[in-house]
Amino acid sequence: MQTFEYVKAASVDKALSSAGKFIAGGTTLVDLMKLNVEQPPALVDINLLPLDKIEKLPNGGLRIGAMVRNSDLAWHPEVKESYAVLSEAILSGASPQLRNMATTGGNLLQRTRCAYFREPTAGTPGGYGCNKRTPGTGCAALEGYHRIHAILGTSDHCIATHPSDMCVAMTALEAVIGVEGSKGKRTIPIADFHKLPGDTPQIENALEPGELITHVDLPKPIEGAHSVYLKLRDRASYEFALASAAVVAMVEGGHIRYVRVAMGGVGTKPWRSHEAEAALTGKPADAATFRAAAQAALANAKPRTDNAFKVELAKRCLVRTLKLATA
Amino acid sequence: MADTLDLRFKHLHSHSAQKPKDELAPDQQTLDLEPLTPLDAQPASSRFSRRSFLSGLGATGLLAGAAPFAEAAPLVEPAADGPTADSAVGVLTLRINGKDYTLRGPDARATLLDTLRERLHLTGTKKGCDHGQCGACTVHVNGRRVNSCLSFAVMHEGDEITTIEGLGQPSNLHPMQAAFVEHDGYQCGYCTSGQIMSAVALLKEPIGPTVEDIKHAMAGNICRCGAYTNIVAAVRQVRAQA
Repeated sequence: MQTFEYVKAASVDKALSSAGKFIAGGTTLVDLMKLNVEQPPALVDINLLPLDKIEKLPNGGLRIGAMVRNSDLAWHPEVKESYAVLSEAILSGASPQLRNMATTGGNLLQRTRCAYFREPTAGTPGGYGCNKRTPGTGCAALEGYHRIHAILGTSDHCIATHPSDMCVAMTALEAVIGVEGSKGKRTIPIADFHKLPGDTPQIENALEPGELITHVDLPKPIEGAHSVYLKLRDRASYEFALASAAVVAMVEGGHIRYVRVAMGGVGTKPWRSHEAEAALTGKPADAATFRAAAQAALANAKPRTDNAFKVELAKRCLVRTLKLATA
Repeated sequence: MADTLDLRFKHLHSHSAQKPKDELAPDQQTLDLEPLTPLDAQPASSRFSRRSFLSGLGATGLLAGAAPFAEAAPLVEPAADGPTADSAVGVLTLRINGKDYTLRGPDARATLLDTLRERLHLTGTKKGCDHGQCGACTVHVNGRRVNSCLSFAVMHEGDEITTIEGLGQPSNLHPMQAAFVEHDGYQCGYCTSGQIMSAVALLKEPIGPTVEDIKHAMAGNICRCGAYTNIVAAVRQVRAQA
């Protein structure tokens, strides 16, 4: 591991004025530093920042501090009661130890599990090509082993899957991310936070250099809606999704009045499916509608040799999740 | 033949009732367990463990691979300074199992795991994958279980750290340690301290009442020997007693 300067920041101002990469739970960053994927010259420890509260907002929503640990968020009574999809998504990810460490802000910045990206020498001469590691070196996954890779939002430069479960649930909940930097505070809807790889896969999110995530706001719960997260994977626990779905749905008189659909394990970013939502809204909450929505959600999928199975898996995952959320 | 089978499958027989007394002999445990007090607090000759035995071999050149163990224990002094917020780290104080350890000139790259094992010689915490995937390095920080391999030691000034050495004593085992012994919740034992630290932590977590809940809550601890059935039995027993 490369050596680095280390500073502990006790306030947001101190964190913003310190040069270096922020470290919170460390579950992604320390892992990747050991692999030489991340080589920050300086770390700013933000574990002392007073951003660890979950508060009700005057508009009926919920503010989650960036330093709230994943386990505290998943077990929070208000989250379990009003945002079940978020609690279920978080508890389906990682292990209890990691969830005790990982933070809300850090989870938003979780990096891909693409094995080529994680290879220590990727993007260096003699190593695998990885445009995310070193732009212009190619993508070894395209013609390599890509069973876990994305089928939606891919480009000729990168097909790496976004790994987070939490972000998929937050996408269905239309969360808004609060950030602060030297130029002040701003908010970013989660749909705009993560970037498609395009021809710049090294740019993964909308943060400006030095900007700090301070909180995530969830809108007021939709009255009468139910929400569900379903995750399909190679093991029953402690494994990343091959396909997952987060659905928030409200049914009245047998018809779907409100629905939000997001998918995980299949996209290069947490995948909101407006196509599925259009196919569901106003329609009867039945199997034919769900199947049509799943077809719409995966219509633009670009499977490759090893991950072609994900198209059907993701469809069935979404159909099952819609059934559960509208039951 | 029957005798051999009996020996081979004795772990399948019912537990406490017919358990031979010598399995729990106190001197046997002293040999197998790591020292429970900081090394500098013990007379050098007072303990003879597997580790000190290997160190001795390394020092006399009989086992070159054990050479790292032969390094002298680093200076560990009583605590002097508090948390060093907003400052670079020159001195690091860690509170472990209720005792303060001060480290001079810590390397910021040192994980909590490596610091526990290599600098403080608290080797009950094990290094498995070193990437947060196996759980062998599980310790408690402020009462919650974490992977000590994915955290830098310098991030833990002011935290209350508990390792397996702080959980129980050979003569006074934590109920979870006793349950693991009773139910044979291990084979090679390498993952065991992490398993036990996880199992103790889940007693205070809202994981749900079922066996499936226990399995899910123990998912962060891998056992390559496959002692899972017995581990779950041990956890069930302690949960029922709690």
